[in-house]
Amino acid sequence: MIHRYWMPALIGCGVLGTATVAMAAQQSEVERGAYLARAGDCVACHTAPEGKPFAGGLKIESPFGTIVSTNITPDPEAGIGNYSRDEFAAALREGKRADGANLYPAMPYPSYAKLTDDDIDALYAYFMQGVEPVAEKAPESDVSFPFNQRWGISLWNWMFADADTFEPKSGQSEQLARGAYLVQGLGHCGSCHTPRGLLFQEKALDDSDDAYLTGETLEGWWAPNLRGGGGDENGGRGLQNWSADDIVAYLATGRNDHSAVTGEMTSVVANSTSHLSDEDLHAMAAYLKSLPRAADGEKSTRSETTPEQTEKMLTAADVEGKPGARLYLDNCNACHFANGQGAPQVFPSLVDNELVNADDPTGLVHVILAGARLPSTPDKPEALAMPDFGWRLSDEEAAQLATFVRGAWGNHGGEVTADQVAEVRKSLPEDRQSSKPDFVD
Amino acid sequence: MAKTNPHVDVVLIGLGWTNSIMGMEMTDEGLSVLALERGPDQDTVPDFAYPKMADELTYGVRYQLMQRPAKSTLTVRHGVRDLAVPYRSLGSFLPGNGVGGAGTHWNGHTWRPQPQELRLKSYVEETFGSDTIPEEMAIQDFGISYDELEPHFDFFEKVAGIAGKAGNLNGEIQEGGNPFEGWRSDEYPMPPMKRTLNDTLFRDMAAEQGLHPFPMPAANASEAYTNPYGMQLAPCNYCGFCERYGCLNYSKSSPQTCVLGALKQRKNFAYRANCEVMKVNLASDGKTATGVTYIDENGDEVIQPADLVIMGAYSLHNVHLLLLSGIGKPYDPISGEGVVGKNYAYQMNGGATLYFKDKEFNPFIGAGANAEVLNDFGVEQIDFGQAGFIGGSYFSAAMTNGQPIRNMPLPKGAPNWGAQWKQAVQETYGHTMTIGSHGSNMSYRDCYLDLDPTYTDDHGRPLMRMTFNWKDNDVRMTQFMKQKIDILSKALKPDDYKLSFKDFDSQYDVRPYQTTHNVGGAIMGTDPTSSVLNRYLQTWDVHNVFVMGASAFPQNIQYNPTGLVGGLTYWAAKAIREQYLPNPGPLVQA
Repeated sequence: MIHRYWMPALIGCGVLGTATVAMAAQQSEVERGAYLARAGDCVACHTAPEGKPFAGGLKIESPFGTIVSTNITPDPEAGIGNYSRDEFAAALREGKRADGANLYPAMPYPSYAKLTDDDIDALYAYFMQGVEPVAEKAPESDVSFPFNQRWGISLWNWMFADADTFEPKSGQSEQLARGAYLVQGLGHCGSCHTPRGLLFQEKALDDSDDAYLTGETLEGWWAPNLRGGGGDENGGRGLQNWSADDIVAYLATGRNDHSAVTGEMTSVVANSTSHLSDEDLHAMAAYLKSLPRAADGEKSTRSETTPEQTEKMLTAADVEGKPGARLYLDNCNACHFANGQGAPQVFPSLVDNELVNADDPTGLVHVILAGARLPSTPDKPEALAMPDFGWRLSDEEAAQLATFVRGAWGNHGGEVTADQVAEVRKSLPEDRQSSKPDFVD
Repeated sequence: MAKTNPHVDVVLIGLGWTNSIMGMEMTDEGLSVLALERGPDQDTVPDFAYPKMADELTYGVRYQLMQRPAKSTLTVRHGVRDLAVPYRSLGSFLPGNGVGGAGTHWNGHTWRPQPQELRLKSYVEETFGSDTIPEEMAIQDFGISYDELEPHFDFFEKVAGIAGKAGNLNGEIQEGGNPFEGWRSDEYPMPPMKRTLNDTLFRDMAAEQGLHPFPMPAANASEAYTNPYGMQLAPCNYCGFCERYGCLNYSKSSPQTCVLGALKQRKNFAYRANCEVMKVNLASDGKTATGVTYIDENGDEVIQPADLVIMGAYSLHNVHLLLLSGIGKPYDPISGEGVVGKNYAYQMNGGATLYFKDKEFNPFIGAGANAEVLNDFGVEQIDFGQAGFIGGSYFSAAMTNGQPIRNMPLPKGAPNWGAQWKQAVQETYGHTMTIGSHGSNMSYRDCYLDLDPTYTDDHGRPLMRMTFNWKDNDVRMTQFMKQKIDILSKALKPDDYKLSFKDFDSQYDVRPYQTTHNVGGAIMGTDPTSSVLNRYLQTWDVHNVFVMGASAFPQNIQYNPTGLVGGLTYWAAKAIREQYLPNPGPLVQA
């Protein structure tokens, strides 16, 4: 079962609206639109598991009820085939349905507001001419009162979604401007990576505010701080320690010398970023590296270990009375090694890893219990996987292991309890793949 | 009534190393390609995942990844007048089953043949005279030269990600590599694996003896690696679960780790597991194939039309399918006529086990291709006229694993049960190393494969029958190696050692494991009267059927076959792409 957050989904594109005669766009315009649709990752939310592309039907659990993504294929009845170019633009930029009703802001229109007219044209050409129409309506969303009162969203829009079309800053290089445009606009990175306010609004839609892209926890998973600028001679945190090439590799393949993609970002890499041009990925990386990250004083104070100490202890198997370390040797050491660093591009380093050190350990515990698999991407086709250990570790053991990993090699994550593990275990889908041995005679 | 599938351009029989490669090469041409694999689908996770794969009983003893004799086997006999009986319990050799084939459960020794081995008959005749070849010996040239294959060996090594040290770079001898190897256009893609105690003891001793030790070319990754397809290997952690196991760590080169992820991305490629091909279908004139008939996962018969059929099953199964399909004339050992099944050969191995009271070898730190090796007694080093045999061996001091059920070498005289056995185990475990001799096996007129007249498989098809026994020439070869290994063993000054080599009274015994290097039966060559395949691995008789794998070897080389199998596959693929597809027909005129 695919499980998504409520933020990015387009709600209720109706069948109303005047029929439009789409002008036959140049094939290159359709192709450009296809590329932009990749950059916007439209397919991720607008396709049901095993469903036809863009035909909607993905169920998104939200705090307000179940939102079901809509059919955005050019079928005139079930999809958006009757949308005019301007109606299409209004849906993308303002969250307005052709009939004038508001879309739920699960659709990232506050980000798409940045889109240029040219790109709207290309996307329109693609969705009208490049997508296979599917004459099947997606089920209706099941959103409870008062959230089913779409008029209320107008107020929300007035408060939070007034962003203008993207304008490069004066003096900004072409690369940085392109990167900013992609990150703030189609990439809608802030939907997950910018903290949300009380009314679930992103606290910032661009870098005019220091809160922009400083990270947010979504259903227990930490969507890390993406600001990669700054740092000092002692190194930095997160993307401060990644080169622009490291960021490009991560977006293109879901893996780099430091880390490997997990959770919701896996599908973003698979469906969107791995299909972007090298030039665009470099532009996005350059932009993220240009955003200064505020100093983080916690690193030195919270860790009681150093990389050398932990490596030495594990190498000597000096684990008497240290059940977490012992569990690490028995379950993790084969791939992640005594130094916790894994192997570049293959096995992620656990040292200073964002998933490992997140305040909320849900993501880490999830990976320990259920395993994880990298997407098969054009550049790195191998869907490298970590097996699941949930069949093998009790809640208590998984908690001991997670606690050890979060405190080893200078890591600075807090303790994990068996109750927290039990909570995550309850949330795992029953039909997930397992490597549990089946003993045969 | 058999169902008929939509036509595909290419049907691949089997999905191990050779047809994974063929899948890449044929889809590169834009062709629609379907692979049919008789066994289950399998991948690193979940099928080989840690820790379930580290289970010696399930995989090492009960052969979970191997073919089931009750479903698929053959009959075996020693001589043409003997009655063959079924190989009911796996022992001597272990054909794999499932996606990845034997490429999932091998150790990873990855060699190129010596240039002389590819033209063995000509080499022997030119160098030692034609009367050096005994009358009953049936050796032939492969019909292809080392120089022609070199770029393909090189590419296969890059795809498989081999760890090693070159000994001959473009004719320049390199320190630390094999000085006797054929020239290489490039260094190995990865440095050699880490050395264990057995390696260094053997290396230092051999160097003192004036010999030329070097690290085994290993399909076990010594570091993180990305191959030309973008596929990745992880550094081996020396867990010692290689042979008979799928690698739990993405470290052993296999179709899964080196090819299949890239192949599965291609929209013009598809594969079906649990689909066993019954036969290749021929047009009424018998000169072209129209596709294959297979039994699908539900047990239903399906006809798969295709323009090109590429066999990439295990060597023995390739030969069986050719015999069942009526492609090529079956070999008759009495008249010497016919070709299919001719020149089945195996591998002549032996070894020493050395016991050292005061040395700790830590055998649980091992890898399939962790070994220090010597090529000083290879085919190309020996004066066959003087030695009285044709053939050669490489020696290896390997530490592959410390698995307790099967890897418990005991000193001479130790009982095999009871308190004294326990004591011997306690004293010996971890204190032994081995020196192995891995040798060639010549082909002979009466060593061959044909259809069994008595036994059938569960589809009612005749089983294949293997007629094979050891011959004096090869026993003389291995006895020669025994003398050399005796000297090397003594030089290591063990407290005790024992030698195990075939002797003149040895009969081929299917029970103990020896090697899964069964070769020949669908051999390549220069002439349709003496080979099944031309130099491009195309059948002489049916031009749209190509046959990959070690079934093409006219006799066995002294090395493990995979490097040569990989090189030949890329060579054949190039011929198909550049010559066959633009102008389908025989690539060599008979």
